[in-house]
Amino acid sequence: MGSRSSHAAVIPDVDSIRRETGFSQASLIRLHHRFRALDRNKKGYLSRIDLQQIGALAVNPLGDRIIESFLPNGSQQVDFPGFVRVLAHFRPVEDEDTDLDPKKPEPLNSRRNKLHYAFQLYDLDRDGKISRHEMLQVLRLMVGVQVTEEQLENIADRTVQEADEDGDGAVSFLEFTKSLEKMDVEQKMSIRILK
Amino acid sequence: MLRAALSLLALPLAGAAEEPTQKPESPGEPLPGLELFRWQWHEVEAPYLVALWILVASLAKIVFHLSRKVTSLVPESCLLILLGLVLGGIVLAVAKKAEYQLEPGTFFLFLLPPIVLDSGYFMPSRLFFDNLGAILTYAVVGTLWNAFTTGAALWGLQQAGLVAPRVQAGLLDFLLFGSLISAVDPVAVLAVFEEVHVNETLFIIVFGESLLNDAVTVVLYKVCNSFVEMGSANVQATDYLKGVASLFVVSLGGAAVGLVFAFLLALTTRFTKRVRIIEPLLVFLLAYAAYLTAEMASLSAILAVTMCGLGCKKYVEANISHKSRTTVKYTMKTLASCAETVIFMLLGISAVDSSKWAWDSGLVLGTLIFILFFRALGVVLQTWVLNQFRLIPLDKIDQVVMSYGGLRGAVAFALVILLDRTKVPAKDYFVATTIVVVFFTVIVQGLTIKPLVKWLKVKRSEHHKPTLNQELHEHTFDHILAAVEDVVGHHGYHYWRDRWEQFDKKYLSQLLMRRSAYRIRDQIWDVYYRLNIRDAISFVDQGGHVLSSTGLTLPSMPSRNSVAETSVTNLLRESGSGACLDLQVIDTVRSGRDREDAVMHHLLCGGLYKPRRRYKASCSRHFISDDAQERQDKEVFQQNMKRRLESFKSTKHNICFTKSKPRPRKTGRRKKDGVANAEATNGKPRDLGFQDTAAVILTVESEEEEEESDSSETEKEDDEGIIFVARATSEVLQEGKVSGSLEVCPSPRIIPPSPTCAEKELPWKSGQGDLAVYVSSETTKIVPVDMQTGWNQSMSSLESLASPPCNQAPTLTCLPPHPRGAEEPQAPLYPPSDPRPSFAFPPSLAKAGRSHSESSADLPQQQELQPLMGHKNHTHLSPGTANSHWCIQFNRGSRL
Repeated sequence: MGSRSSHAAVIPDVDSIRRETGFSQASLIRLHHRFRALDRNKKGYLSRIDLQQIGALAVNPLGDRIIESFLPNGSQQVDFPGFVRVLAHFRPVEDEDTDLDPKKPEPLNSRRNKLHYAFQLYDLDRDGKISRHEMLQVLRLMVGVQVTEEQLENIADRTVQEADEDGDGAVSFLEFTKSLEKMDVEQKMSIRILK
Repeated sequence: MLRAALSLLALPLAGAAEEPTQKPESPGEPLPGLELFRWQWHEVEAPYLVALWILVASLAKIVFHLSRKVTSLVPESCLLILLGLVLGGIVLAVAKKAEYQLEPGTFFLFLLPPIVLDSGYFMPSRLFFDNLGAILTYAVVGTLWNAFTTGAALWGLQQAGLVAPRVQAGLLDFLLFGSLISAVDPVAVLAVFEEVHVNETLFIIVFGESLLNDAVTVVLYKVCNSFVEMGSANVQATDYLKGVASLFVVSLGGAAVGLVFAFLLALTTRFTKRVRIIEPLLVFLLAYAAYLTAEMASLSAILAVTMCGLGCKKYVEANISHKSRTTVKYTMKTLASCAETVIFMLLGISAVDSSKWAWDSGLVLGTLIFILFFRALGVVLQTWVLNQFRLIPLDKIDQVVMSYGGLRGAVAFALVILLDRTKVPAKDYFVATTIVVVFFTVIVQGLTIKPLVKWLKVKRSEHHKPTLNQELHEHTFDHILAAVEDVVGHHGYHYWRDRWEQFDKKYLSQLLMRRSAYRIRDQIWDVYYRLNIRDAISFVDQGGHVLSSTGLTLPSMPSRNSVAETSVTNLLRESGSGACLDLQVIDTVRSGRDREDAVMHHLLCGGLYKPRRRYKASCSRHFISDDAQERQDKEVFQQNMKRRLESFKSTKHNICFTKSKPRPRKTGRRKKDGVANAEATNGKPRDLGFQDTAAVILTVESEEEEEESDSSETEKEDDEGIIFVARATSEVLQEGKVSGSLEVCPSPRIIPPSPTCAEKELPWKSGQGDLAVYVSSETTKIVPVDMQTGWNQSMSSLESLASPPCNQAPTLTCLPPHPRGAEEPQAPLYPPSDPRPSFAFPPSLAKAGRSHSESSADLPQQQELQPLMGHKNHTHLSPGTANSHWCIQFNRGSRL
């Protein structure tokens, strides 16, 4: 598999993928290469186990959720277009992305979509809201053992209340966006090599 | 010894022209008798002058800042340089000779380190490492580029005949000059950019460059200097190689020295639990030691201190106490600002000394033009390359600011003064040129950069408060990016940062942080903690009766057993929620909650007492006693404690209770933590705990209250004083045997001496008729069970009020705990009873001869209460005090 023989032609539907994700040809080739490297049995898709094999993901507190995000709607596998589609969220925002054609769908790497990717990592039950419970779960993953459960609950309460504007005790996507409006999401949710 | 050191410090400042210190008596004088008065100027001259200069500089600073208009237009550094010029002129006119120069020795050993330490320590590390690539490029490549191009161009200028032939300098001399004039100066950059407020990325790039280029400057300067001294004919190819190698040695060596000292510093502060007072000193000493060590080994000292500050901060901040943190911060800022002020002023003064410099217009103009031009060119070229790799490219405006922000300063001046005139014949010309360049960059560029930034509409830095959401999501983003890099299979920046953080968490933090500190060290937690502190402070500032303005519900019960500091804030919250109850009482359906409300309402009264102040004379060199500024905090503690005690009372009459709360878990640990925390929060010996104020007998005089409404408050339920013995019960029992008084309720069978009818009617009293007694197994404590329930009840009421499950919270408004308004709705609840209720807390202190050693036996309990009861600052908080005569009598041991 080390051969760099993979050309763009090898990738099925390369043009539509490019259009959808905005990746450059070179990036797509590299990603395809990576995809095939991860795909152990040459199945043509990645299973959950394939993704779990990535060593560092095991120590990532959000690793499982991120693997989950690659697998759409409970299915156990992801094909190359799906794989690239998820990664396209992390493509840096470039100048040509900003002059939006209103007819075109919003590019996957727009601020909104980047935020939405992060949001759905929190929102486990997909009800469009981060409940207090969901917030607590994330916090538990992120904060580690140093902080007691009681303190975690306090933090979770406060975090939710801080963002919660309509007083329903949960953070909707709109509220999530608002709480981060001062943050440079475009920068913080982009990886340079994914051009 | 001390004098010698001091005069050593002052001598370089005072300048070579200063006469050496003289003994006051010259041998020829006749021996005087006993002198009534003796003038010994020379004894104190050197330190006196140093102090005087710093004073003048500080006063000048004050004067500049009197006018907002001037300082908003003109950077302080310009003003200081101009002031220096004036002062230097005066000195020159009076003394006929130039004195008080900026001596390189003073500058490098005393004035520069505080500034660099300050900037390294407070460097936003995340931002710094995020932009490390760019910073290093500009610092290394940029400085090299500037040095060589400027030097070469000046040499070309000389070859072209534009520099007067009396400037005797070869290519090497010009390169040497180029190397010292090319480095962007951290002091000047900091002074100007701190006032300009460009966005963080731009700032960190320019500023980081100015710090890190020191290594390059030092190497270049040394290499060129030794080449010049050797003579260009003798320089061999290996020397060039050595020069390149020394670049690595000097920079990496400097950084390594800094990191070693950072490690030592972090490790040392881990063990300062009992000697908090020297914590700030350690920070300064070890950082300074790093600087001197690097200087001694002729490594880059600036780099060493920067790395030391950058590396140790995380661990040191976690280890040292809150007060030490504040002290470090302020001392560092004070020293740095002092040094900066003196540097600029001395720069101005030094420029007056015309004996040191010689003018050549060609050289001066050429240098000015070249440094500006090549700086700009270098920035543009490097940025072009960097932008190929940067996620967020630096745009043209950024480049303009970066080029224009390349200020030269005192480092260049000190270096040029250090040149050896015999080896570098053109030294005087170089000095003059350097002075002009420094003045031009600091004054002209410093003056114009602000309008330029405005005109170009450079993205400014926006300061916003941290929010938990941002902090949390930022972490999420980091993890997401690290994970995506894993998936993509590219081990980039995020991957390595993630790895580093894991390594840090696993090993470094474990090693370098106190265990108690390590447990609470989490960034999300930290933000939470700071938010709480902020709210708490605003709460106290507003007189203690306004909740956090956001209308957030409050974090519920504190987790005292883990962090004392958090309990501070949480306690504040509790009292805050207590203060808000009045409105809730009205219009709420009588329910289980109502009971709690009623209980809570009683608590309110605690806020109305006007306690008598008690001062404890304390002057210990080793422990800081609380000063007046802390009264606010103490106040809230006390109030809170009072409320708690009353909540007991309202639950049960005449109960004895131990101070140990019925929270059985982690008692063993609590003892340990409690000690540590008490020290951490109070910074004082733990012994002065409860005893000092424990004997509190609250005499509540509520005549006015009575007139106003016949319905009575809790206080009126009881005929006699209710006595809380805030002590371990075993002691209570002992005391009880001695005194035999009923009020102390010594016996296990606790019988309310005078059960009022109110008690029966009060809703929360029902079902508690029988006083169960349980004898705890560990000690002889005999604690009524319902006391536990009482405590739990009050706790849960606090808790539930602090974080109401649903829409109750927003309705909490922020009323002062006003007794009257609140009483009425509760009227039916409380039949009238004795108007003069009084609570007595006959405490342990009562027992004469209670020694510290004895008290330490029940430390856990004490720790629990100590922050609550505080000891001396009884100020009254609530405005409701005015119309009722509440008072508290402090009685040691006596009871009503």
